[in-house]
Amino acid sequence: MIANIAALLYLVAGVLFILALRGLSHPETGRKGNLYGMVGMTIAILTSLAVSSPQHFITWLLILGGLGIGAVIGAVIAKKIPMTQMPELVAAFHSLVGLAAVFVAAAALYAPEAFGIGHPGSIATASLVEMGLGLAIGAITFAGSVVAFAKLSGRMSGAPILLPMRHANNLALFLLLAWLIHAFCNSGGESMLFWAITLVALVFGLLIIIPIGGADMPVVVSMLNSYSGWAAAGIGFTLGNIALIITGALVGSSGAILSYIMCKGMNRSFLSVIAGGFGGEAGSAGTVSGEQKPVKIGSAEDAAYVLKNASKVIIVPGYGMAVAQAQHALREMADAMKKAGVEVKYAIHPVAGRMPGHMNVLLAEANVPYDEVFELEDINSEFSQADAVYVIGANDVVNPAAEDDKTSPIYGMPVLQVWKAATVFFNKRSLASGYAGIDNPVFYRDNTVMVLGDAKKMTDEIAKAMTH
Amino acid sequence: MNGKAIALAAAMVLLPSMASASEGIGGSVDPSIYRLMVFVMAIFVGYYVVWSVTPALHTPLMSVTNAISSVIVVGALLAVGLELVAGGTTLARFFGFLALVLASINIFGGFLVTSRMLAMYKKKDKARK
Repeated sequence: MIANIAALLYLVAGVLFILALRGLSHPETGRKGNLYGMVGMTIAILTSLAVSSPQHFITWLLILGGLGIGAVIGAVIAKKIPMTQMPELVAAFHSLVGLAAVFVAAAALYAPEAFGIGHPGSIATASLVEMGLGLAIGAITFAGSVVAFAKLSGRMSGAPILLPMRHANNLALFLLLAWLIHAFCNSGGESMLFWAITLVALVFGLLIIIPIGGADMPVVVSMLNSYSGWAAAGIGFTLGNIALIITGALVGSSGAILSYIMCKGMNRSFLSVIAGGFGGEAGSAGTVSGEQKPVKIGSAEDAAYVLKNASKVIIVPGYGMAVAQAQHALREMADAMKKAGVEVKYAIHPVAGRMPGHMNVLLAEANVPYDEVFELEDINSEFSQADAVYVIGANDVVNPAAEDDKTSPIYGMPVLQVWKAATVFFNKRSLASGYAGIDNPVFYRDNTVMVLGDAKKMTDEIAKAMTH
Repeated sequence: MNGKAIALAAAMVLLPSMASASEGIGGSVDPSIYRLMVFVMAIFVGYYVVWSVTPALHTPLMSVTNAISSVIVVGALLAVGLELVAGGTTLARFFGFLALVLASINIFGGFLVTSRMLAMYKKKDKARK
């Protein structure tokens, strides 16, 4: 009876998690959705405490202590983290889910009776399959996320690291992993095999993320998001817990969809991203021609004059804006324009930044209303009616070569057609090419004015020039 | 899309219960089969629900999925709550405790950072001072 009630409560928690995701279809309902998620989590935790009903004082101390430590660390991080660092925070969180899955699997291995899956050394095969898969995916998620975190936070170079024979090595590791899981499932729960799986999965996770370049991180972060879900689902099967199974399936498919959207935004196949190496040697491959074509260089005052006297301006932010923390300066510039009666819109490319939705969060942080921010397909037709475009920290996502140069490595990628506007102000630190090492023909067009300098400083100067 | 998702959610709950009602016919069905049914249905629910998430909220989506996948904490609580001090249980409790700390960092961090982000999304009129 108690087990039935508990199972139903876990189901309620699972449904609340579905509603939490459902709420994110709109910013207004998102806040309520997040509340549903918190209620669901509270129900899940209270239910499992009620079921296991710990007797000893020490046990309660451990439980409350563990929750308390986590709560303090989590709350401090959530409060302090700058929005520009969201990608690495999310990567770090993924690694924690992966590691927690490994630890829960280990706990189930050493105390299978408590989880109702058998006795040490004679755990049911079906449970071992679930445990083995959850463990392997959890360890891969952990190691991969640590690498992604290191790359995103700049603790490690974002450039792809290409080891010799990596495809053969990875395949061999994968086969070894599969063989170990198979052996583990037939062993009744041999702890040596358990830790061997963990070790091999960790190495495998490390090696598959290392060759992937910084600009492909939106795909990697989404993929690891998906993996963390599958790992949780695997453990959910081991525990026979419906809330965990539902959540694992939700998160797994959520991450998979995000990976798909990101790949489509770059016109790359998922496999080619995972194979890695993009953006590594492209610069030396000769895509950038040696000759210097003439470009027009403008000052902040020039930009301020044109932008302020336009009737419609579209702003295109990219990763460079995040790096320079220029979102607040940008909002001030937009405010100055709006005061002068200019209609201001923002255009976001799906892969702008280092994770899905990265630019939207930064603009929201700078108090840009979300109904002024548009996705690629909704705004691309409007560039031809815009008097001016201000490109800040973006490059490859506005490259016309993706549309008309079949030899370009980014050919076929959907791009924002900024060149159709009357005037394009292109803010860049220097005239260097983007991450893919590809020259951008927009620089040399008659209607383009390059405003060179740090994104934040330049935007500040333009905003100041407008108010004078 | 919304209607489909709701229909799927309903199917997710009904299918396993229908399966359990038919227990008498061909012998009892293994509980792990029910779990598999729920799992497969939840993947479909996830598919439709996530496609309806606006791209502007993809970052909060990732942080909230982080938070909810930490419901793995139920496994950690189970392990920490082991009262026996037999052979393997000390180890199990130790791993359970580690998992508990990690998962609760994620729960609190994930939900709080999500609500911090969502609080920043404002409409045009409200943003103007």
